[in-house]
Amino acid sequence: MSNPLVDMSKPDTIFCIGTNMTECHPVAATGIKKAVARGAKLIVADPRRIHLAEMAELYLPLRVGTDVALLLGMAHVIARDGLVDEAFVAERTRDAEEFLEHVEAFTPEWAEGICGVPAADIETAARWYAEADKGAIYYTLGITEHICGVDNVQSLCNLALMTGNIGREGTGINPMRGQNNIQGAGDAGALPNNYTGFQPVTDPENQAKFAKAYGHAVDLEKGMTKVTALELCGDAIRAMLIDGENTVVTDPDRKHCEHALRSLDHLVVIDIFLTETGKLADVVLPATAWAETDGVCTNTERRVQRLRAAVPPQGEARPDWWIVSEIAKRCGIPGFDYTSAQEVFDELCSLSATYNGLDWETIDRGEYQWPVPFKGHPGTPILHQGEFVNGRGLFKRIEYRDPAETVSEEYPVWLTTGRRLQSYHSRTQTGRSSGIDYLLPAETLEVHPDDVAAWGLVDGGRCRLSSPRGAVEITVRATRRSPRGTVFTSFSFDDTPVNFLTGSGYDPVTQTAELKVCPVRVEPLPERVSTSG
Amino acid sequence: MTTHDHRTAEDAEALTARLTLDGVEVPFAPGETLLEVSRRHRKDVPTLCYDPRLDPFGGCRLCVVELEGSRNPVASCARAAEDGMVVRTTSETLEGYRKTLVEMVCSENRQVDVDPLSGYASQELRELADRYEARTGRFEGKRSGRSKQDDDNPFILRDYDQCISCYRCVRVCAEQEGDYAISVKGRGFDTQITVEFDGLLKDSACTFCGQCVQTCPTGALADRKALRHVDTPGEIEKTRTICTYCGVGCSVDVLTKGDTMVGVQPAMDGPANVGALCIKGQFAYDFVQHEERLKTPLVRGDDGELHPTTWEVALDKAAEGFVKARDEHGRHSIYAIASGRAPHEAAYTTQKFIRAGFWSNHVDNCSRA
Ligand code: SF4
Ligand code: SF4
Ligand code: FES
Repeated sequence: MSNPLVDMSKPDTIFCIGTNMTECHPVAATGIKKAVARGAKLIVADPRRIHLAEMAELYLPLRVGTDVALLLGMAHVIARDGLVDEAFVAERTRDAEEFLEHVEAFTPEWAEGICGVPAADIETAARWYAEADKGAIYYTLGITEHICGVDNVQSLCNLALMTGNIGREGTGINPMRGQNNIQGAGDAGALPNNYTGFQPVTDPENQAKFAKAYGHAVDLEKGMTKVTALELCGDAIRAMLIDGENTVVTDPDRKHCEHALRSLDHLVVIDIFLTETGKLADVVLPATAWAETDGVCTNTERRVQRLRAAVPPQGEARPDWWIVSEIAKRCGIPGFDYTSAQEVFDELCSLSATYNGLDWETIDRGEYQWPVPFKGHPGTPILHQGEFVNGRGLFKRIEYRDPAETVSEEYPVWLTTGRRLQSYHSRTQTGRSSGIDYLLPAETLEVHPDDVAAWGLVDGGRCRLSSPRGAVEITVRATRRSPRGTVFTSFSFDDTPVNFLTGSGYDPVTQTAELKVCPVRVEPLPERVSTSG
Repeated sequence: MTTHDHRTAEDAEALTARLTLDGVEVPFAPGETLLEVSRRHRKDVPTLCYDPRLDPFGGCRLCVVELEGSRNPVASCARAAEDGMVVRTTSETLEGYRKTLVEMVCSENRQVDVDPLSGYASQELRELADRYEARTGRFEGKRSGRSKQDDDNPFILRDYDQCISCYRCVRVCAEQEGDYAISVKGRGFDTQITVEFDGLLKDSACTFCGQCVQTCPTGALADRKALRHVDTPGEIEKTRTICTYCGVGCSVDVLTKGDTMVGVQPAMDGPANVGALCIKGQFAYDFVQHEERLKTPLVRGDDGELHPTTWEVALDKAAEGFVKARDEHGRHSIYAIASGRAPHEAAYTTQKFIRAGFWSNHVDNCSRA
């Protein structure tokens, strides 16, 4: 996030797109509820009439995967109506002229034709956001989990740059991260293109720094992404270490993923439960869980916070860093003689500009938001104040592209997936916490009541959901949250493994999977006949 | 008319406003209440319906103070500080008044001594009863409230015999959560906290965030999951950490008795959440000590099955496979995926394993899915 969480109650206009915040980030959503209570205008763009949409003053029910069209339409209105923040654009940005010319073609009427949102509403949304003194954008995976995920994010950046809604309190472009330490995994350098602190691996200065730190010259090219690595399992990739990820359940296209992992010569999985992924491994190593582990995590607003152990490990479980270090030592790799999490963290801080001012002691009370470039630096709650990291903010000319697969005669319905409040990812954790099942006993497929009738389904009955990659059976739930022609379910339950269906494409830049959109067919299943007498 | 009435607003802002607190002149910030000023100066003003995160309510009147020029004592939690005020936070009359109030409240409740596992604020009434020696039963008689024991939800115990109508739950739900799941029914002595149509929380707008439980000062609303551990031996200890679920990063206290996790409470001073939590952070913690946890290393045997083994054997086997892949297929044949759930140290060592061990950049994390 470019801005801190406390800023969420401060904007005059809040534009939420592709985020089911009340379910996925409920505590953050309370900030938005407060802003609305204070009189802020809330605009929500989402294919589903989610709870947040009901709170909104303006709801934009766009068709799945058409965010770019909507955002281009908004940019067009802002440019046409003279709502561009000229001073900001002149001082802080580049390529504005080309961009403003580019959006001339994309009228709200054009956008309506693609995304289905009435042109008049696109105009209103554009005006509210551009005219706000403080306009803020919030988004989640609904924006990034598409083949055009990068285009979506860039389109949002364009809007913020045009209107100067960035680098100030109560503004900004704010992605909400889904996992507790997904930000931290990137900060720590677990990326094929960056060392710790997002230092590009292709920069000779960084290469020299890490060659020195790790005692050996490192590759000058980026590594493969996980998606490519899974493609090449058994071919170029022969051995894999997977830490704490239930890849086969959470990744799209499960069959492909299982096949890939089975083709490896050697698979080592570190986890707290024997997951579906662990069952495919040659070696499974028990890690300590949350509340058993000392360490550090970074939240969605870049706040670096301490995790503390409260109970001893179960059985012989060990911290992940210890396990990885022991494997490394046995492979003859130098530099793994750590005796505590603190030593590991302090080494990480010393190697990244964003963390140079931090160490284990400094972060004790969670006061710092990175970058903290040197000791005594107060941290950076708001990014891009005064200047962008690379100097000027760059406008990008984005074009609309259709999703990887579109509905056809054979697969006439859009399936979109997401999370639910009560459960989390593959449920290795929530599924094993007592009481959660009371609220969420099993997964359902959310279908508009008119579609339930039109497709011959029964509310509460079973149906078969199929895509070109497979089929699952699931219970139907009639709800007006789903628009006509689009159905929704979550990917949390192993007995309805929806990722057998999804996974039709990837964003060419980030290789994020298209989990949000997938054409499917929905057919009724006959009721199971009861044989009890 | 006193001189400061002639000053402009800016003047008043620029000058530090002052009031006299128990005979000492103290400064205060614009907008502060008398209670906030008093607490800042370590005056032990008792409260019951007060939660610093909520709008002033002024219902229980325990926080009353004497204000010069005012005939009756005023509720300090609801009264804004003004320049020149003369305030007394304690006196025989005040203490007597407070004692009577606490006695009345206690006499209405079946039980004052509730288990601390009930919730974060659950000991407030009990502490006041101790402080004012209020367990005299002077007002014993009719009891208000009614328990809703047919609500069998696994998280929140609703025992309205313990309710003192401070409305903290209703207010936290509305003001903090914006959920409006519970409301107040009836008036005066018959007042009850209820959900729509007197029904179950499950059927209401309730998201089971537990905030009402944590703000309840009597244990009328209580943490049913934590209360399963009332008889678990040991003192309750609290460890400050960060929730393991989403990227908001709420601060929590993990409650333990000995080696057993018995509950979670929100950290009121957590920088990202200031006391708020959701159902996952509040209630979905017992996976940690679940019987299905992986307790020993496993390696695949010749029979194709995974078998428990020692760390030595498993680590040797793990390392062997990577060395073999490197020797037979080159250093680029090895790949690692770091976790978005584990701490930094896990991701850092994982990427270092690849970069320092195989000099490649073949590492990623799970943010792509
Ligand atoms: S658990 Fe949360 S949503 Fe439910 S009644 Fe209590 S405060 Fe309201
Ligand atoms: S308590 Fe809820 S909102 Fe807070 S970090 Fe945990 S999952 Fe996120
Ligand atoms: S605490 Fe002030 S009236 Fe209750």
